[in-house]
Amino acid sequence: MQLLLESLFNGVAIGSVLLVAALGLAIVFGLMGVINLAHGELMMLGAYSTYIIQLIFKQVSFLKPFYDSYVIVAIGIAFLVSGTVGIFLERTVIRRLYGSPLETLLATWGVSLILQQFVRSVPLAYASGLVVALFFGLLSPLFISDDLLSGPKGKLIRACTWGFSALLGVATGGILSSLVSKLSRASARNVDVTAPSWMRGGIDFVGITFPKTRLLIILITVISVLVVIFFLDKTAWGMRIRAVTQNRPMSDCLGISTETVDIITFGIGSGLAGVAGVAVSLLGSVGPNVGGNYIVGCFMVVVLGGVGNLLGTILASFSIGIMTDLIGAGRLLTIWPDMPSPLASIIDFFATTSMARVMIFALIVIFLQFRPTGMFPQKGRMVES
Amino acid sequence: MSIFSTKKSWIHLTLWVLIIALIIAAPTLLPVFRLNLLGRYLSLAIVALGVDLIWGFTGMLSLGQGIFFALGGYCAAMFLQLNSSGEFPNGIPEFFGLYGVEKLPFFWEPFKSSIFTLISIWLLPAIIAGLLGYLVFRNRIKGVYFSILTQAALLVFFNFFNGQQKLINGTNGLKTDVTQLFGQMVGSEIMQRWFFWISAVLVILAWFFAKWIVRDRFGNILIGIRDDEARVRFTGYNPVIFKTIIFSIAGGLAGISGALYTVQSGIVSPQFMTVPFSIEMVVWVAVGGRGTLLGAILGAVFINYAKSLVSEALPASWMFIQGGLFILVVTALPEGVLGWIRKGGLKKLLFLIGINKKLETYPSLEINEQGEVKS
Repeated sequence: MQLLLESLFNGVAIGSVLLVAALGLAIVFGLMGVINLAHGELMMLGAYSTYIIQLIFKQVSFLKPFYDSYVIVAIGIAFLVSGTVGIFLERTVIRRLYGSPLETLLATWGVSLILQQFVRSVPLAYASGLVVALFFGLLSPLFISDDLLSGPKGKLIRACTWGFSALLGVATGGILSSLVSKLSRASARNVDVTAPSWMRGGIDFVGITFPKTRLLIILITVISVLVVIFFLDKTAWGMRIRAVTQNRPMSDCLGISTETVDIITFGIGSGLAGVAGVAVSLLGSVGPNVGGNYIVGCFMVVVLGGVGNLLGTILASFSIGIMTDLIGAGRLLTIWPDMPSPLASIIDFFATTSMARVMIFALIVIFLQFRPTGMFPQKGRMVES
Repeated sequence: MSIFSTKKSWIHLTLWVLIIALIIAAPTLLPVFRLNLLGRYLSLAIVALGVDLIWGFTGMLSLGQGIFFALGGYCAAMFLQLNSSGEFPNGIPEFFGLYGVEKLPFFWEPFKSSIFTLISIWLLPAIIAGLLGYLVFRNRIKGVYFSILTQAALLVFFNFFNGQQKLINGTNGLKTDVTQLFGQMVGSEIMQRWFFWISAVLVILAWFFAKWIVRDRFGNILIGIRDDEARVRFTGYNPVIFKTIIFSIAGGLAGISGALYTVQSGIVSPQFMTVPFSIEMVVWVAVGGRGTLLGAILGAVFINYAKSLVSEALPASWMFIQGGLFILVVTALPEGVLGWIRKGGLKKLLFLIGINKKLETYPSLEINEQGEVKS
């Protein structure tokens, strides 16, 4: 019983990282048919944001008393950072490629290469300055009335807002690099995020220790999923997103601005990647390749869960998480010790994390033989669906 | 009627003479290091041809060609290791000793035979590709799903090969440059020269093979699948069979390519199965021009050559250039360079920068002496 509970907890912990990472991917894929290969790198940006926020809280005197709460601030900042980069990506590259998903795949891979090299060779302070500039540059048109923007001096006004944002970015970069010396040099080395004191250790319950970081990640996941469900089901924009997911041309005819829907969805999807990045940064060291370790798991979740249904994503992440733990840690043997020896030797062969992936992939391919479009396929009458 | 009757045929003939002359002359012109690099790139052109067949012609973007590439490489390396491990304990390759393995794993046994190896280099990847492809295509999984599944398969194979030290030396890979073949070191200069020639000849053969495949009805069905698979199915063809066959052929080509690459780079390791390498293969084809076989070859050779030059000069910048290339080629040049040229892009460019006068687009009318337009 105890074993089973521990195994279940580990599985849910693995699954919840997968879930929060795959959630954004699944929403974007459902809406636009775009698989974002740069999703892992957006997670990486979120993880680096956590690191930067942590350093700022450590160095700046008036923030020091609140050091323990940096994780909560980091979640918000990571969401904004990844969301900003995601929207920028959508505006500049992906928008040109709608209707050709394979090309989008390649372009986003290119973006991921650039982002990886970017954090290696640009000092983090200036990288954050750039993100700040993009953030304000993308945000400012919302605060200026449409008449001005489309008027005769619209272009000039846009240029001015970008110029102003660029100044803000440069200022941010300069301030950050003078405040925190660690951020002023480019480094390809992995960095570590240290958990605040209240997150260390674990909670004992019926003889099992539950690590607090894992519990926090599960909490983050639960909150993110609830917020996303609330947003999609209860708000006007959520309804529009669902409408466009179901039938894009029809929604367009009915007056929904599909372009705005695309921007919002991509922003939220990327922002969720940032939140996943915070979770990842609490689990291990942060480096340019940190996203790559999780991204294929996310793809598997999307393939297994099907498109356009959050329940599928949730079930798929947890089943993959629990399977990973059951197979990878060899728990099947401890749960059922007197299993026949040929089966036991097979299970033993797969009892490492990497071999568990092999097994899970095989299981997914077998599953797809029966349910080719995932657990909850979208219903439709189109030939191509 | 002679096949050399037209001007175009003469150009083709001259080109061929030039190419063959270059291949024969290259080993004397280039230093061994560069020759070896060129040989490697030529072998990579073979896998690019396979990618072009499945992506450019059939519209399936596989991000997992590295599996078949590495399998071909492992077949060749296993044979070479066995061939030159007579003096090691138990007569098995040296690395087994490190992990306390005394008996050769069963699947190594057949690789003692050179004929089996030569066949398995292409047949084994082709069978695995066919099997994997059939399971996926049977369920009408396509598009992005297919790409992701192939990428996941790639990672699975990577994890498997990376983790199995006792079977295939895990992450260290199998070395081939210190093994013996025909009494020569595989890494020696004379052997490398031979491998260069073999690669060059095989690229040309593979090119003809690919041309033959896409030439008539079979090729038309492939293009039909790319453009509208549902319609092909409604016309009475079964796309699954065609897709499986072409995927399997591409796998076989990848295997040959991997074997040639392995003997020229001196090692095969799970690094051949990393995700970036397999996506790179796609970008060679994308830049060269998908749907144009020559474009795949040129793309593979030139991009790799550029990669080695840039990486020697500015190591950090290659990732930026490569990433930019990905974005640029899909947004600005979806046809690739060769496709762009074939569609008259060069003339347009010359016109844009003002070198070339724009041609009369309206055909001049023939007018007779009375000033009437001839009908």
